[in-house]
Amino acid sequence: MRRWLREHRHALGAALARFAEQRTASLLNALVIGVALALPAGGYALLANLRALTQRFTLEPELTVFMRVEATRADADALGARLRSDARVRSVRFTSREAALKELRETAGLGDVVAALDYNPLPDAFVVRARDPQPAALEALAAELRAVPSVAEVQVDSAWARRLAALLDLGRLAVALLAALLGVALVAVTFNTIRLQILTRRDEIEISKLIGATDAFVRRPFFYLGLLQGAAGGLLAAGILWAALAALNVGVRELAQAYGSDFQLGFLRPAEAAALLAFSAALGWLGAYLSVSKYLREIEPK
Amino acid sequence: MISFSNVSKRYPGGGQALHGLTLAIQAGELAFVTGHSGAGKSTLLKLIPAIERATSGSVIVAGQNVGALKRAALPFLRRNLGLVFQDQKLLYDRSVYDNVMLPLAISGHAPREAAPRARAALDKVGLLARERANPIQLSGGEQQRLAIARAVVSRPSILIADEPTANLDAESAGLILDIFVSFNQVGVTVLVATHDEALVRRYARRVVRLAAGRLAEDSGAA
Repeated sequence: MRRWLREHRHALGAALARFAEQRTASLLNALVIGVALALPAGGYALLANLRALTQRFTLEPELTVFMRVEATRADADALGARLRSDARVRSVRFTSREAALKELRETAGLGDVVAALDYNPLPDAFVVRARDPQPAALEALAAELRAVPSVAEVQVDSAWARRLAALLDLGRLAVALLAALLGVALVAVTFNTIRLQILTRRDEIEISKLIGATDAFVRRPFFYLGLLQGAAGGLLAAGILWAALAALNVGVRELAQAYGSDFQLGFLRPAEAAALLAFSAALGWLGAYLSVSKYLREIEPK
Repeated sequence: MISFSNVSKRYPGGGQALHGLTLAIQAGELAFVTGHSGAGKSTLLKLIPAIERATSGSVIVAGQNVGALKRAALPFLRRNLGLVFQDQKLLYDRSVYDNVMLPLAISGHAPREAAPRARAALDKVGLLARERANPIQLSGGEQQRLAIARAVVSRPSILIADEPTANLDAESAGLILDIFVSFNQVGVTVLVATHDEALVRRYARRVVRLAAGRLAEDSGAA
């Protein structure tokens, strides 16, 4: 075990020395990887922020039924009873016009507006949750309710949120595809870097094999070099993303404040940032593995 | 210790380097392999660490049939051999000391244990004072002594040198051969290939002369 650790420490030391030896080239490679990874990582972060924003809205199959302002409480009670007895309805929540006005009064920035009103313009309303989430079923129920004389309007609340969720899913798929494509590019960059390293160190490899180095001994520093390059790229990607979000947040904060919100774009969570690093390091290792597997066996002592 | 039984070697697309050679080197022996250029000296030595494989016949080194060894077993065979080449095969991007440390790192020695061994090997060849130098700063003779230090630092039981005195003046060549003799005196089996027969005749040791891939003379044959 101690010997195994010693051999890995030796390989890591050799890889760090090679990384430092060609500092400029190593950093440029890491920068290429960092920029390539920052694109899908940025897309992921934006989608995560949008998803968090939309989670404030319900995606349940809901209808909101607004009564006419002139409808009486008896009309509302009758409609409530009808809805509760309907087999297609899972639950019904009634919000009286008084409760709605109270809620509006308590909403930031609208208290003064409500106070200026000399009558309550809000209608009684029902929030109806259907058992069948299919749009056709919701629309059929909505059409029936629109035909009730005391009903002013029926709104299918969840439709836009569902469309947004579908768009976000599509966005997530696009980010995954972009990540896969750029991941392949990252593997190719590391593959080529390690190939050049192997070629420039041909003599050293040949001599090492001549004096008893195993394939594992020769391979290990290249694996670590790929891993280091990938990890450095991942760190740069995280840095680029952090800087880009900070720059975007200047505008986002102003926009959100205009709507009375404190929303701003959040950076990756620690686990996500760690996953980005691990992903880029693993891709670096994979590029090194492929390169070493292809070229190292060709070098034998003569 | 080393035996060649009816060994032939033909290079792909090339000529026949060895023709049915049979030869045995005993443990603790020092033998010089001589012959003109193209006689088969280098090929003979390359068969021992399996840098080349015999086309037919068998090569036995310390009880192992080298021709039958799998690729993965070769590093462990080579760790028990000290190899010295005409072109030294040194690493010029690291110090004299680091060159000698390489075989010890390869065989997994701890630096604490390896450092005194590396310095002892450098001391033995008279290069301890130059341990921080780059090999490029050394003379030809010093570079060859460094190659010997690297070959012996792992304390191999067999030391093989292919033309170690080529391109050296007579004084440096004599010094190199003296070092081989001193290692042989402590029990190391030494096999040295050289085309300089006059130089080896100064040592009363076994001389194996090859000519066109065949054994032409063996002063130590039973």
